[in-house]
Amino acid sequence: MASVNPINYGTPRRESDTQVTLEIDGRSVTVPAGTSVMRAAIESGIDVPKLCASDNVEPFGSCRLCLVEIEGKRGYPASCTTEVAEGMEVRTVSDKLNQLRRGVIELYLSDHPGASKVETGDVGDDELLRLARDLDVREVRYDKEGRNHQDAVIDDSNPYFDFDSSRCIVCSRCVRACDEVQGTFALTVDGRGFASMISAGTDSDDFLNSECVSCGACVQACPTEALVEKNVVEQGMPERSVTTTCAYCGVGCSFNAELKGDEVVRMVPAKEGKANHGHSCVKGRFAWGYTNHPDRITKPMVRDKITDPWREVSWDEAMSFAVERINGIRDKHGSTALGAITSSRCTNEETYLVQKMARAVFGTNNVDTCARVCHSPTGYGLNSTFGTSAGTQDFDSVEKSDVMLVIGANPTDAHPVFASQMKKRLREGARLIVVDPRAIDLVRSPHVAAEHHLQLQPGTNVALVNALAHTVLAEGLENRAFVEQRCDVEEYDAWREFILREENSPEHTAQYTGVPADALREAARLYATGGNAAIYYGLGVTEHSQGSTMVMGMANIAMATGNIGRPGVGVNPLRGQNNVQGSCDMGSFPHELPGYRHISDQGVRDIYEAEWGVKLDDEPGLRIPNMIDAATGGTFKALYVQGEDILQSDPNIKHIAAGLAAMECVIIQDIFLNETASYAHVFLPGSTFLEKDGTFTNAERRINRVRKIRTAPGGYADWEVTQMLAQALGYPMNYGHPSEIMDEIARTTPTFRGVSFDKIDALGSVQWPCNDEHPEGTPVMHVDNFVRGKGKFMLTPFVPTDERANRRFPLLLTTGRILSQYNVGAQTRRTANRLWHAEDWLELHPSDAEVRGIKDGTLVAVASRMGETTLRAKVSERMTPGVVYTTFHFPETAANVITTEYSDWATECPEYKVTAVEVRPCNTLSEWQRRYMDTRDQMQRIEGNQSVRAPDTVAASVEEASDDDWEPAE
Amino acid sequence: MDDEKMVRQANQIAQYFSAYPEDRAKEGVRGHIRKFWEPRMRTQLINYAGAGGEGLHPLVLWAATQLQDEAGQPV
Repeated sequence: MASVNPINYGTPRRESDTQVTLEIDGRSVTVPAGTSVMRAAIESGIDVPKLCASDNVEPFGSCRLCLVEIEGKRGYPASCTTEVAEGMEVRTVSDKLNQLRRGVIELYLSDHPGASKVETGDVGDDELLRLARDLDVREVRYDKEGRNHQDAVIDDSNPYFDFDSSRCIVCSRCVRACDEVQGTFALTVDGRGFASMISAGTDSDDFLNSECVSCGACVQACPTEALVEKNVVEQGMPERSVTTTCAYCGVGCSFNAELKGDEVVRMVPAKEGKANHGHSCVKGRFAWGYTNHPDRITKPMVRDKITDPWREVSWDEAMSFAVERINGIRDKHGSTALGAITSSRCTNEETYLVQKMARAVFGTNNVDTCARVCHSPTGYGLNSTFGTSAGTQDFDSVEKSDVMLVIGANPTDAHPVFASQMKKRLREGARLIVVDPRAIDLVRSPHVAAEHHLQLQPGTNVALVNALAHTVLAEGLENRAFVEQRCDVEEYDAWREFILREENSPEHTAQYTGVPADALREAARLYATGGNAAIYYGLGVTEHSQGSTMVMGMANIAMATGNIGRPGVGVNPLRGQNNVQGSCDMGSFPHELPGYRHISDQGVRDIYEAEWGVKLDDEPGLRIPNMIDAATGGTFKALYVQGEDILQSDPNIKHIAAGLAAMECVIIQDIFLNETASYAHVFLPGSTFLEKDGTFTNAERRINRVRKIRTAPGGYADWEVTQMLAQALGYPMNYGHPSEIMDEIARTTPTFRGVSFDKIDALGSVQWPCNDEHPEGTPVMHVDNFVRGKGKFMLTPFVPTDERANRRFPLLLTTGRILSQYNVGAQTRRTANRLWHAEDWLELHPSDAEVRGIKDGTLVAVASRMGETTLRAKVSERMTPGVVYTTFHFPETAANVITTEYSDWATECPEYKVTAVEVRPCNTLSEWQRRYMDTRDQMQRIEGNQSVRAPDTVAASVEEASDDDWEPAE
Repeated sequence: MDDEKMVRQANQIAQYFSAYPEDRAKEGVRGHIRKFWEPRMRTQLINYAGAGGEGLHPLVLWAATQLQDEAGQPV
């Protein structure tokens, strides 16, 4: 069990080759040079009173409580701002120090509302009151009727925390946390002297309307409960905590779930968390209320037809219903008519079981996962060049980077905790290149500015990376020694000849990319010669018809410049979902068994055939879009979907709906009746991350523990439900605990050979490969050799996408996500995060808006050759003219009604980032949206219930569908 | 999937590998389709190519012939 109040060492850890030995209270202490006296004392077990000091921010020396006596020094220096020195003799306790500290505490208490609680001992989370109690300050001699701040109005505008300035001692910990930890610089100390006040912006701003991003670092930093979680106000202080892992993005932050009984009071980011080092974002820290949302389905349900209402049944009846349908379909159409989709939100162990279910129980390799629509090109591209399908670095590597090349990623919104780490390094002097059609926050934000923003046209990534490579080679900036030592030189020579062709010069590619040649050459020079250069990328790279080519292009320039195989460099996918790396590792793709080993490999199949006791198919299975195509073609009949909502997340919704409607058995296992469930016949209640044991693997290959806090309302964790279904189908699946599943994964997968729950519990986390060679894991890959041996340069011809702007559809639409919402929004839409983002909107450049008569808030129709939807406009100079942008968090918007079926050539990852559209003002919802909303309740009703869904979530419906003429039912 | 989509996807693969010398390009297209396309999709391609293969890139046509010859053989 984690501590509710972990030790705070007062000042940050320092690293130095020089060790310093001093004496504190008669005890000999040795610490790195640069360490504060305060930290040295606390590390050696000697407590030092403090209020303004915290080990995640630089010392400030304002509260005057950490005073110490130092032999040979006059006065009483603050231990937080005094560095250790060789031979120093320090006293932290004396009558004089006690007198001084008590005097300071008394002054603070004279303008603090909680003084009376010192007597009762009910000091809550207030460090001032705790110190008053510990120093036995029971009386305040100063007149409370004098000037004070006790009539201050509480700012309760933020949905998750309050600011009560009557409790504030203006120690500035919150301001420094916002500056140094989060990097937003939203808070300040306003006024002088007695009027000094913590402020979130201007006088007219409250926290909600300020620049604050609600990461909660200030709340965590506050020593006096001036900033306090609303939950703590309402429920009181937590009593115990359990360390677990966030279920939102691929950063995979460690949290201490702080509990009262079995109820979560608050989530506090764990200082020991190696991915987040005690920091969090608004989603992870605050937006977990969906786990208790009344929309949760807690009983299994079945229905004969998707037009019937759902019927609540027992688990036994649900299993019998599913088994009868699956067996009937298999008997009639064979195993190839069956398939499964694993979830990137579920644990490794659960994902492993679903692919095992498909392969060993259904008898098919028709299994896929949501990485199909996000980072499947990463797998293909990095495997082709480096030999393995994962990012090369740990997150901490960025602290050694001199240059960051951020391509098609928006870390401050999608990976905010890592973005804070990036910004910290940028403030220290690292240089930044951003490649993005949109001016993301990193391009210019407080104390951070991109040296180069290459604002390219959507769909031209490969032309751009080829031009970067061309510049590197043409100007002799490559690292020839690295290439000759580490790479396949024959492949390099072929690549070099290809890249140096005129067609790849910046001057030639500018016609496609829109990026001036000079700017591109400058960026290339910086990447090649600026020191340690690291590439970070996101879905703006992968979700293109040339997504895989672009990944290979980035790997090529990293190898050519020697930026691979050490801290500070590398090629790093910022993966979207909490366990999308893990779901890929676990064999979720239809052509691969766990550990990225092709299904055609008899030796690999032998391992699993022996372990699972069945004969495995040696042919690749269907990918998600292939399953849908096969369903509309009549050869795919049954789908088991765990924690995935393909009807909202996948492109061309009409086609997805037609495919689902053509199936005879769709089994949805989820926590909510999601959009895809409109087409399901069986619904199995799922579990949240608080309701299961297991592991998630984040974007840096870090395997973190998920720990069960309470039992799911449906009674079972997801792995137990899969196991129940397997047993009902007659397969002997009998795990007693997820650790046994991990043991099987380790037994059968070389890169996981050394992984176990015991090891993760002992080390906190471990990064794969974890095996005999790397028993405690691998932070940085390809150090001495590439996984494939020699690095392989791949040719990267630029092929413009078939999706082109034309006279009818003159704009290019690209999609993304926003800080407060998460993917299809099933979780965050059911939290107070809606306050920041209650609907999707269309961003467009002022010039595009003006010629169309569009203003901020105008309702606009966005039409592509696939369909049309309506949403509100937001005029923004973030956009480049000709490019518009929207998020896809709300089903009402149905952004994927307009996206196309064009996809990456190698992996079929959809081309979400390029859709030719026209935008026009309108005054009504689209035909699709109106029908959709008219029929949503009908398709999701449960016998005996009016509706199971809050009005903010919608679903489509259909009775009969064909691929060509499908439209929502009336 | 419909033939138009299949032709487009197969041709995309060919467009990528056509950057390589002919022999490697041919093997690249064949190997990619063999490694990643489910048997129903390969059968559809083989049948389409056998019926004339309208719109298929020459590298795909060659790959389809090879795939037909080696149907049932290991990747």
